[in-house]
Amino acid sequence: MFRTVAELVAQAERDNITISEVMIRQEIEVHDQPRAVIIERMEKNLTVMEEAVEQGLAGVQSHSGLTGGDAVLLQQYMQNHQPLSGQVVLDAVSKAVATNEVNAAMGIVCATPTAGSAGCVPGALFAVKERLNPTREQMVNFLFTAGAFGFVVANNAFISGAAGGCQAEVGSAAAMAAAAVVEMAQGSAEQSAHAFAITLKNMLGLVCDPVAGLVEVPCVKRNAMGTSNAIVAADMALAGVKSKIPCDEVIGAMYRIGQQMPSALRETAEGGLAATPTGQTLAAMLYNQSK
Amino acid sequence: MGKFNSVFDIIGPIMIGPSSSHTAGAVKIGNAARHLYGRSPSRASIHLYGSFAKTYKGHGTDVALVAGILGFGTDDNRIPEAFSYANQQGLAFDFIEENTAVEHPNTVRIKLGEGEDELELVGVSVGGGKIEIIELNGFQLHLSGSYPAILIMHNDRFGAIASVTEILAKHEINIGRMEVNRKDIGKEALMTIELDQNIEPEIEQELRSAKHIIRLAKVVN
Repeated sequence: MFRTVAELVAQAERDNITISEVMIRQEIEVHDQPRAVIIERMEKNLTVMEEAVEQGLAGVQSHSGLTGGDAVLLQQYMQNHQPLSGQVVLDAVSKAVATNEVNAAMGIVCATPTAGSAGCVPGALFAVKERLNPTREQMVNFLFTAGAFGFVVANNAFISGAAGGCQAEVGSAAAMAAAAVVEMAQGSAEQSAHAFAITLKNMLGLVCDPVAGLVEVPCVKRNAMGTSNAIVAADMALAGVKSKIPCDEVIGAMYRIGQQMPSALRETAEGGLAATPTGQTLAAMLYNQSK
Repeated sequence: MGKFNSVFDIIGPIMIGPSSSHTAGAVKIGNAARHLYGRSPSRASIHLYGSFAKTYKGHGTDVALVAGILGFGTDDNRIPEAFSYANQQGLAFDFIEENTAVEHPNTVRIKLGEGEDELELVGVSVGGGKIEIIELNGFQLHLSGSYPAILIMHNDRFGAIASVTEILAKHEINIGRMEVNRKDIGKEALMTIELDQNIEPEIEQELRSAKHIIRLAKVVN
């Protein structure tokens, strides 16, 4: 069983297989289940992600009214303009937003690794899909690769905002997406690790400060920016750019930063954006409404 | 081995939003309460602590808990309408916001009942949809709800544990984890046994009639 990214990459290189294949084989061995069962279960997750993106792009609103409709705005803009940040990046952003808007509206999503960070992996996947035209199998593999990296983070650090801030949650999700994009674009296992490291390095220190404690503001837009970060980092790694700090050490740094983060900045809605005048006004308004 | 051992802990669960801890975890705690009660209760009193007490309406923690008690899964799209399903099925419920400090921010105490028959448990949602039941009818325990389990209330006498493990061994049922807790020496005690598989009704019956056993509840998975 791999415990670090270094071990994960080494296994892939030793057996001359992809990272997704390392993850699939480990799942077969540890849980003593046939390959077909494991693949089918992951494909079900893929289908849920696909449906959430579709639903979000059609337009949803959360019960609080704080979020919804931005995925629609982004798609409309893309139809009428040449996006400055590029077609793939903005498409990924709109699909990440779509997923998180559905989540905020109590729709069905697949937690990747959590519900609050559910947008990054599908956002990147379904945007890159338009460019790379992967098979269904390659799309399922995308999720195994993302999962393999998330697995290392969850066991060596944390993946929830309450435990380690947004860097642990959306930071991990974005970095997982970056690693998976590299594999789908035929990059090497080592390049996946660099993409992961580059992404997470640029999410370090990000706090979890949800307005009124809801998974809406700023969570939806944090997923959007995490996803764009992932795609740019994947391109950098595919170009041959390397992270000077090895992937496992970046995960270690994220862990230590999370431990040093005060509880006011870890999902309690007591600090950061939640504590701004507007954040407090919105919270008071929603609290009175629900009484 | 680390805390997580499957790729599906990372990619998954499939769930109704918005929060894996405040929504999916709440459904799972409700499910555990329903399983342990063993049938559908007619009343539920739900006490919320910490972050659960502060943010439950916005996260749908309230509908999620009721949905769980009704037996809905984390991905059941009836969750947002759980209150009206509860009314239809004759489940009366109320929510009490508690100010008492608790160790974990997402803590809930659930009292289920019908007539005289009551069950009380405390559950915490630890993150990413994972939960733990930490108290059952006044006994401390650690139950994840992720595996099939049997909970046996028994008299604190020698031989009580052996009589249970002998029956499980005879039927070749493997124990994954086990703990025993009691309130006072020689009084009632609680055995919590996590298993690799669900047990057949015949084995359950055999366990119920074993020496010193008072009551049995189970979590099916």
